[in-house]
Amino acid sequence: MGIDAMTHLTTPTRLTGAEILWATLVGEGVDTVFGYPGGAILPAYDALRKFPIRHVLVRHEQGAAHMADGYARASGKVGVAVATSGPGATNLITGIATAMLDSIPMVCVTGNVSSKVLGTDAFQEVDITGITLPVTKHNFLVSRAEDLAAALRHAFQIARSGRPGPVLVDITKDAQQATAIFDFEAAKPKLYRPHPMLKVEDAGLAQAAELIRNAERPVILAGHGVSEAGAMEQVRTLAERAQIPVGLTLLGLGSFPASHPLNLGMMGMHGEAWVNDAIQEADLLIACGMRFDDRVIGTPATYATKAKKIHIEIDPAEINKNVKVDVALVGDLRAVLEELLPRISSRGQGGRDGSSWLKWIDGRKGESAVRDIKNLPDMGHLYAAHVMHDLWRITGGNAVVVTDVGQHQMWEAQYYHHEHPRTLITSGGLGTMGFALPAAIGAKFGCPEKEVWVVAGDGGFQMTAAELSTIVQERLKINIAVINTGYLGMVRQWQEFFYERNYEATPLVSPDFVKLADAHGIPGRAVRTRGEVAAAVEEARAANGAFLLNFLVEKEDSVYPMIPAGSSLHEMILRPGRDPLEERADD
Amino acid sequence: MLHTFVAYVEDLPGVLTRVASLFRRLNINISSLTVGRSERPGLSRLTLVCEASASAGHRIRASLFKLENVVDVDDIAQAPSVTRELALIKVAASPRNRAQIFDLVEVFRARIVDLTSESLLIEMTGVESKIEGLIEVLREDDGRILEICRSGKMTMRRGHHTSGVLRAMGAGVADAAEQDRAAAQP
Ligand SMILES: Cc1ncc(C[n+]2csc(CCOP(=O)(O)OP(=O)(O)O)c2C)c(N)n1
Repeated sequence: MGIDAMTHLTTPTRLTGAEILWATLVGEGVDTVFGYPGGAILPAYDALRKFPIRHVLVRHEQGAAHMADGYARASGKVGVAVATSGPGATNLITGIATAMLDSIPMVCVTGNVSSKVLGTDAFQEVDITGITLPVTKHNFLVSRAEDLAAALRHAFQIARSGRPGPVLVDITKDAQQATAIFDFEAAKPKLYRPHPMLKVEDAGLAQAAELIRNAERPVILAGHGVSEAGAMEQVRTLAERAQIPVGLTLLGLGSFPASHPLNLGMMGMHGEAWVNDAIQEADLLIACGMRFDDRVIGTPATYATKAKKIHIEIDPAEINKNVKVDVALVGDLRAVLEELLPRISSRGQGGRDGSSWLKWIDGRKGESAVRDIKNLPDMGHLYAAHVMHDLWRITGGNAVVVTDVGQHQMWEAQYYHHEHPRTLITSGGLGTMGFALPAAIGAKFGCPEKEVWVVAGDGGFQMTAAELSTIVQERLKINIAVINTGYLGMVRQWQEFFYERNYEATPLVSPDFVKLADAHGIPGRAVRTRGEVAAAVEEARAANGAFLLNFLVEKEDSVYPMIPAGSSLHEMILRPGRDPLEERADD
Repeated sequence: MLHTFVAYVEDLPGVLTRVASLFRRLNINISSLTVGRSERPGLSRLTLVCEASASAGHRIRASLFKLENVVDVDDIAQAPSVTRELALIKVAASPRNRAQIFDLVEVFRARIVDLTSESLLIEMTGVESKIEGLIEVLREDDGRILEICRSGKMTMRRGHHTSGVLRAMGAGVADAAEQDRAAAQP
């Protein structure tokens, strides 16, 4: 017996809670969910076949959460993950926290034991709403079928409104089994209440415009909020009209074209020296949808001390949190910029002349370039920088690259130049290893027409490698690049720099990843020299299905430049001037 | 410094946990928290006092507002307001030494609300320092205090407000909140 979900969306009907769940998701525009079944969510799974929703069976619920997250990041829509009670629900948590720290709209649905036994330590019972309270934007415990549609619709509203974030809806088994009248329209949440402390006043706008007009050395700091608010055009107009260079946070990459002459690249701990130098020298910072994270500012006390600061941000709790600002425009970035732009005049019309400042910054680039590894002669070593550079070149900067966490993540950010928003998908705030493979699966569902690449370290790849089976089962075309250093590379780097090379617990034995892929039915190839990289990337792209490349790169390479944690932006450790391995030989 | 927040929250299970959890996450100790029904149906009113840096007030208020069940938040800060606390104090007293306590109660404008042959129960409402004063004096007589129960602080701004908090936040916000509530009506 099939159910015409669309009819139910317009005509109130009596349905089971399980049917209400799926009907509501359909009504909210969901066509794909990522999940894993179990006893407490079985009634829901039993009803699933009646609805036009594709269910992707994951191999671990953490994968489900990351897939929902990757789906949301790639598509801009709300991602949905489903899990059973107890261990199914707790397995979601890392993925939920990852989405929370990066403000990703996501709804997680969990089953729970029957409401009659809630609180009795029944089989596979956990208080998942209690556990996820600090890592969700909000959560719901639903124990009656008649409350389900409203809770779910409210969850979607919360997930996507204001500063987005994950919401969990925990549904008891009896609520899935009971019936209630399903009335989609009546379950509509009340009008969304914007945060009452949003504040964009004329005086603030005037002050911001004045600061911009008079600035000699301004820098725009563009963060994740640019793509979340869809403010790419507005940021670009501001930059171009007032000739202001743009530095990006890790999650901001792609929201301002890498090839744009005003793009400085990534700022912060592993940002290029000229970007951080520019920030330290600046007399005005215009922060757009970014939160002055500690990985971006180093020591707060010495951060951009010469600069006035304008902060345009949707979350009032972020204002003056890490860095004290002079003008706060608290609201939707796009709306605020729309109001600000008419007050900014271009150079010809009395606006600022930014040329000497841009020239100063340009002057700093030369020095970095000669230190850049990809400009050094080929000494036979394969560096991750080469891999990223070739991957960027061959894909034209148009692929969706999903990175894991560690050195490779930073090399990707440095050498893959993103032109478009939502083309770099990475866990910035939580820094979750194991994110890349499942998030890429979600991303592929979010934008099936795009070329999707996983870039992961040998450590993080092994954390969620079981999802290779999901790729095969779902017949996905995803290319996988493992940057294999034989170490937990980023931790090894910290041990090298700050713990006297005491490589405790960082050397890592891995399976042969090509064979591992092969066991899943995924072809692959190992790559050992710089000369092989391009052909291998082409081979992967040309393959019909998924393809894995195991890049056996230099083991003890480090990410430069680097601001040691807790140091100032101008105290960067710069790239060595020569091939680092040659230098090591002199030690 | 001490911060005092007055908030209206939805009267639903788990809402207090959400508020408390926020302060735990911010690593801020709540020194006093009172909750009870308000003049608005379905909404509880709470007064929360905590110790935090002077600059933390903005962020705490903004974070409270981010909680889905929090409807209004007022940071009382230094605003003219009335703060009261209720204390119930049970003291040991025999018919022979009662008179002395009666005098004390009189001086502190407290009340005796229960009396037995061995003990009596004092109710006192006032500012924190006055309550502390009475307890101090009672303590001077060793072993006399049997039990103390204090409500924590309750605060209300002075002056006329239809719904004090809303006015204090400025009409614009009040209107938005009001409209939202109106929209919520079936
Ligand atoms: C789940 C998790 N555990 C631990 C860490 C700490 N950590 C950060 S980077 C890193 C090393 C990653 O090694 P690998 O995956 O091989 O990538 P590489 O740095 O070599 O590119 C570790 C252990 C983390 N970020 N996430």
